[in-house]
Amino acid sequence: MTDLDPISIQATRASMRFLLLFSRQGRLRLQKWYTAISEREKKKIIREMTTMVLARQPRTCNFIQWKDMKIVYKRYASLYFCLGVEHEENELLALEIIHRYVELLDKYFGNVCELDIIFNFEKAYFILDEFLMGGEIQETSKQIVNRAIESSDMLQEDDHSEWYEVELFG
Amino acid sequence: MSPSVPLQEMIRAIRSARTQCEERGVIQRECAAIRAQFRQTDNGGRSHNLAKLLYVHMLGYPAHFGQMECVRMIASPRYSEKRVGYLGAMMLLDEKQDASLLITNSIKNDLSHSNQYVQSLALCTLACMGSAEMCRDLAPEIDRLLRSSNSYIKKKAALCAVHIVRKVHELGELFVPSARSLLSEKNHGVLHGAVVLITELCERSPETLERFRKAVPDLVQIMKGLVISGYSPDHDVAGVSDPFLQVRILRLLRILGRNNEAASDAMNDLLAQVATNTDSTKTVGNAVLYETVLSVLDIKSESGLRVLAVNILGRFLLNNDRNIRYIAMTSLQKIVSTDHNAVQRHRGTIVDCLKDQDASVKRRALELSLALVSASNIRSMMKELLIFLSSCPPELRAHAASGIFNAAERYAPSKRWHIDTILHVLTTAGGDVRDETVPNLIQLITNTSELHCYTVHKLYRALLTDISQQPLVQVACWCIGEYGDLLLKGECQETEAVQVTEDDVLDALEIVLQSHMSTPTTRGFALTATMKLSTRITDNVDRIRSIVSIYGSCIDVELQQRAVEYNALFKKYDHMRAAVLERMPVIQKNSLGQTNGELSEEPIKESQPGKVKQEEMALPQQPAGQVCDLLDLLGGSQEPLQPSSSVGGSASAQLTAAPASAGGDLLDLLGGFEPTPLVPAPTVTVYEKNGVTLTLICERQSESGLTVTLTASNSTDSDISSFTLQAAVPKSVQLQMRAPSRDSLPAHGGAKLTQLVVLNNPNKVNLKMRIRVSYTCQGSVVQDTVQVDSFPGL
Repeated sequence: MTDLDPISIQATRASMRFLLLFSRQGRLRLQKWYTAISEREKKKIIREMTTMVLARQPRTCNFIQWKDMKIVYKRYASLYFCLGVEHEENELLALEIIHRYVELLDKYFGNVCELDIIFNFEKAYFILDEFLMGGEIQETSKQIVNRAIESSDMLQEDDHSEWYEVELFG
Repeated sequence: MSPSVPLQEMIRAIRSARTQCEERGVIQRECAAIRAQFRQTDNGGRSHNLAKLLYVHMLGYPAHFGQMECVRMIASPRYSEKRVGYLGAMMLLDEKQDASLLITNSIKNDLSHSNQYVQSLALCTLACMGSAEMCRDLAPEIDRLLRSSNSYIKKKAALCAVHIVRKVHELGELFVPSARSLLSEKNHGVLHGAVVLITELCERSPETLERFRKAVPDLVQIMKGLVISGYSPDHDVAGVSDPFLQVRILRLLRILGRNNEAASDAMNDLLAQVATNTDSTKTVGNAVLYETVLSVLDIKSESGLRVLAVNILGRFLLNNDRNIRYIAMTSLQKIVSTDHNAVQRHRGTIVDCLKDQDASVKRRALELSLALVSASNIRSMMKELLIFLSSCPPELRAHAASGIFNAAERYAPSKRWHIDTILHVLTTAGGDVRDETVPNLIQLITNTSELHCYTVHKLYRALLTDISQQPLVQVACWCIGEYGDLLLKGECQETEAVQVTEDDVLDALEIVLQSHMSTPTTRGFALTATMKLSTRITDNVDRIRSIVSIYGSCIDVELQQRAVEYNALFKKYDHMRAAVLERMPVIQKNSLGQTNGELSEEPIKESQPGKVKQEEMALPQQPAGQVCDLLDLLGGSQEPLQPSSSVGGSASAQLTAAPASAGGDLLDLLGGFEPTPLVPAPTVTVYEKNGVTLTLICERQSESGLTVTLTASNSTDSDISSFTLQAAVPKSVQLQMRAPSRDSLPAHGGAKLTQLVVLNNPNKVNLKMRIRVSYTCQGSVVQDTVQVDSFPGL
């Protein structure tokens, strides 16, 4: 929030600042940012996150105190899910958020693996955008999220049909 | 949904590149093709092209040339193109880019689209990257959507409203009515969004907070419904009904109940219910319990409930899951001062966590244990802490050692226990203790005259075992020098007697002098100790004389100087030697408190002239003149008495401790050397804003030199990080800033930050200083400048 006057009311922020997915080799598979920062800043954070999380010992806890936020991370198979949350956030719930997202991906792709997310990255984003929004949880029911994605997909299929075009102007 | 073949082909091509260089080549080709496609008019594959570009962007390659394509795609009538267009906008555009303004119109149109999935795209994008202008423009539309009958749209509109309020604070008022009515919704998604919105509105405005306090009963009802009602398959997570919503409501309740008795009362029963009924066998249940505990501890809850909350934390400490142990520790740390007794009940578990595998749990356990030490448990706690010290990770040793010292100082049940404890720490972690430990310990020892014999025996034995721990060796040398006569006497009440000969003692000191493990400081201690023994032993004075003369040509300048001076004591001033080297008086406690860490040896040296004044009271005037010469001698070349005046508190303390009579003349003698006034330099508060306080102590060190000590503290509820100070002075003044003691300020004054500024003002200009304070708090950077025009103490 660099346009803020320095000594002014401190802005409240969204619960979550970013979600990153990366592989064990440090390759980025998904990045969702809920704060307005420059490309350079983003790259820096990605670099630092991957280095920090990949260096963690196996039997340490899943929370890292980093600068003025908390990093909650969890490894699922070959992918690390890394959520940057505000200082006051409930870390245990953040782990649940990560888990919920993995479940949604799993339901959609059927036994999701890293390759699914690589080759269908835009779907991973669409699913995320039905679950989280503006740095907060949007929908707490798995079924509703799944149904929304299915309907949107069908809408995309029907794209070339006349029927849709009519509805647009109706 | 059929996958995008062109996209997947490209991804495959990129992945099959064997080197970074090859990959770059593939990507360059693809980007060129994409660019060409963008320039063409409408073709069927536009969304595929943009998707390809977004993939390339994720790999880290530049993709700004796709921004306009995003704008075009968003305006397309086709859903597939809109979808990718909006995705691209969220990835490539942010509010700072000019191109983002161009999509405002599309968003506006799409918000009123007849298809909810198109509306959803617009809402999502607005909530993700809407600028303040867009927010102002579209706020009324969002408010309208908040009243729609479509829950799918309502929940998204709610989060959009949250974003708008964050961007444009004044618009909060607009959403208050809708937010209130949304609480009666049954749909969980909408309810969740409503709670987030209300939380945001309440955090922004105290008036709104007041109004929403009336909603506490409604919120309590909703929570009850979630906790008690039966299984709801839609929202169930491992037996807990919609934990996400529960946590959010608990957080809102916390904000509403804070500092308000009535609201806290209204939610008391509910919180107790959640605390007792939630299943704690899975993480998700513990997440809800955790939030409940945080809420209970933050509002004005009754004591029974608070105890319940602390007990939950105590249970967490025993949980197998280290995440849960970690957060329990963190929470207990926050309340250890306010709910001390409740936390004390779990002391045993906390102390056990000192043995935890996880380093962060260990660290927390250490801090908590230190906070829980009290007069009643000091002995048992110290046992545990000392065990911990012997096996703790190196990064925690310094903290543990200093914590133990503080605890020992405050609650020592007996002096002997205190000395034993310090000795134990010095033997286990001697390399990690702070510099002021040595003078502090020496001062403690001199104050405990009944244990001089015991102490010197113990230290002597420790010295024989191990001379690698410098602080221990320094203290041991000092004691041997001071109390060598007691050591040689052999008998000792508190410990078994050991026959020690003069040669044994001198051997021990010589080993220290010659060992490569001894630092120059330690050698200095050993040499002085050896010299002091010359008046306490009878047979081996010649041996001492020869040691001293050998070191007269030592390559270390400090040692050489000492040796030369001691030599002189032997030769020219032999008649004074006994007096100079006599037993030292008790060192005043306050004076050493003002010592700088690095000057640990100074009090030893400087107190000798002080001592001289005390013991020489009876001497006639004539030796006073010689005392003056002696002072010159010891004051010597490099060390005028002034710099140590910050330390020389000890010297001057003894000056005033000396009875007025003959000491009076000698006081005058030292008058010209400007000793530090006994009143500690006045502390001035130069900056106090937003909970951050900066104080300043100014001390003159010499004719033109002075030091300014800046101390910063943080009394707010949030931790402050990246705290830096910068200073500027008038042109002719020279300034040097030493490294600060830390760069963060924990909340509630958890720790203070000090920084020393060394100034030289040779032209004696009117001293002013401008100080710039810079720090990060709750994510925002704060900067402020203050000018100091007067320095009391100068």
